[in-house]
Amino acid sequence: MPPFLNDLWLVYRSVFEFALIGSALGLSMYVVLRTGLLSLASAGFMAIGAYVGALLTIHLHVPLLVSVLAGALAAGGIGLLLGLPVLRLSGVYLAIATIGFGEVVRVFMLNIDSVAGRTITGGALGLNNIPRKTETWHLVLFVAVLIYLFIRIDRSRTGRAFDAIRQDHHVAASMGIDVVRYRNLAFLLSALIAGAAGVFSAHLTYFVSPNEYGFNGAVRILTFAILGGYLTWLGPIVGAFLLTFLPELLRFLGPYRPIVNGVVLILAIIYLPRGLVDPRFWRKTLRRRSPPPPAAPLETSG
Amino acid sequence: MFLQQLVNALWLGSVYALFALGYTLVFGVLDILNLAHGAVFMWGAFFGLMAVTRLDMPIWAALLVAMLGSGVLGIVLDRVAFRPLRKRNAPQLAAIISSIGASTILVSLAQGAFGAQVSRFPLDALPSQVFITGPVRVTLIQIIVFVASVVLMIALLLFMRRSRSGKAMRAVAYSGRISALLGINVDRIIVTTFFVSSALAGASGVFLGLAFSAISPFMGAPIELKGLAVIILGGLGNVPGAILAGFLLAATEVFGVAYVSSDFRDAIAFTVLILVLLFRPSGILGTAVERRA
Repeated sequence: MPPFLNDLWLVYRSVFEFALIGSALGLSMYVVLRTGLLSLASAGFMAIGAYVGALLTIHLHVPLLVSVLAGALAAGGIGLLLGLPVLRLSGVYLAIATIGFGEVVRVFMLNIDSVAGRTITGGALGLNNIPRKTETWHLVLFVAVLIYLFIRIDRSRTGRAFDAIRQDHHVAASMGIDVVRYRNLAFLLSALIAGAAGVFSAHLTYFVSPNEYGFNGAVRILTFAILGGYLTWLGPIVGAFLLTFLPELLRFLGPYRPIVNGVVLILAIIYLPRGLVDPRFWRKTLRRRSPPPPAAPLETSG
Repeated sequence: MFLQQLVNALWLGSVYALFALGYTLVFGVLDILNLAHGAVFMWGAFFGLMAVTRLDMPIWAALLVAMLGSGVLGIVLDRVAFRPLRKRNAPQLAAIISSIGASTILVSLAQGAFGAQVSRFPLDALPSQVFITGPVRVTLIQIIVFVASVVLMIALLLFMRRSRSGKAMRAVAYSGRISALLGINVDRIIVTTFFVSSALAGASGVFLGLAFSAISPFMGAPIELKGLAVIILGGLGNVPGAILAGFLLAATEVFGVAYVSSDFRDAIAFTVLILVLLFRPSGILGTAVERRA
């Protein structure tokens, strides 16, 4: 590697790693959005994964892979418990339930020690000195596996069912698609992915604390998926990379920096409802002749 | 002990109810879940604080300034975050996302303008009497907050029942399209709705700022989340339901902390929220609504 590239890598390696974790989280948001629902639970699932993985590593010294699987399964199991009742209701209820869920997770991690009478999650201080086990290639591989998974889903019955449900879940239901089952599947996938991402993140930053994963965490992840677009798996990844590298360039904004997330969210949802990665938009812009676009924009009926 | 908790539950409940009222009103009329309501609440508290500290206003005038300020803020919010989506007939989900963006912007603006530290109303601006009758201790502030909140709630209920605008609002809540056909100026009603809803949020911001003597850019988030529990418990869009649920949630919290444990105080609201979603998603006063495609 030429020396300047080497320097660049040293400087931006950690930003790159955060962008990869962000991509995974963005994908966990994307898979639910794709069925026409808004879930803000990704941050909560990430927290569950992070704590479960970190505790396993600290106390039982298990290999990273075992932690990742355990964290993902723990988040997935709780995701199923949350999704099964709520996904029968309209979309607003899921949004609200998942916001509430995130808070329950946060308060639980914060207070479980004083209730149990011994140190488990470390309360507000969180868990420190988690060994750094996550390597860059783990994350690259993780995101690659997710991309492969979503390419397979795109070409399957499941992917078409997801798209049909997003466009009109009443019509989808009348065509014999089990709307509740597919939405539960999407929600479960989302929880599994976020849980695994949480484990990787805990073993990357050495520590976990309850307040990392609150509502603001959820909003950050949502911004990835909305800016990048949630019609393709590429969207959230592009969104995560842009929004992870962007704040480095916006340091001059100082205390006003979080404003960027808000502005991006509003502008994107109003002027770019299909996100940056929108094949139809780019095709039209580049004026190339092409077959009619595959997916209609998100028009959910709740 | 019991009476004291009851008093605490009453005044806290009146603030929760007042906050949730505007929240549920916007949902009822527009089918929008406005997650920036907590940010407007926080700005209301700061408007009140500015009026007292910078303009030397008495507290009642500061309350009016806060209500006016946050009401106007609500109209701006609608213009910027919701109206463009309404025009495009965008899905409900888009409005929630847009309101999250608006909330982030409002909070970081406040953080930049006022700093992250906790501010409070100057002590000489407030009446500080404390009434003690037997085992019960009540401050004058708590009494004022309770009475003023109840007056505002009654005013809103009368406005909805009696006034032309209020009736039009209920008509728009039933169906925007039919109301437009009947000659109701739907745009004006939406502006009124946002003004009223945000003014109530601003008032509850001042009240909570007074009662807890703590105002910060982040004060909106906790009540935002509690408000969600309240409006779900009362039935989404149901105004009397939100009032009842506000008092119920406050009572559950206050008695839960007093008799069970204070560790999970903030989890009580969400436990209530999730239980209601599980067993009675239409809320205590709600009726099940069938939605058509």
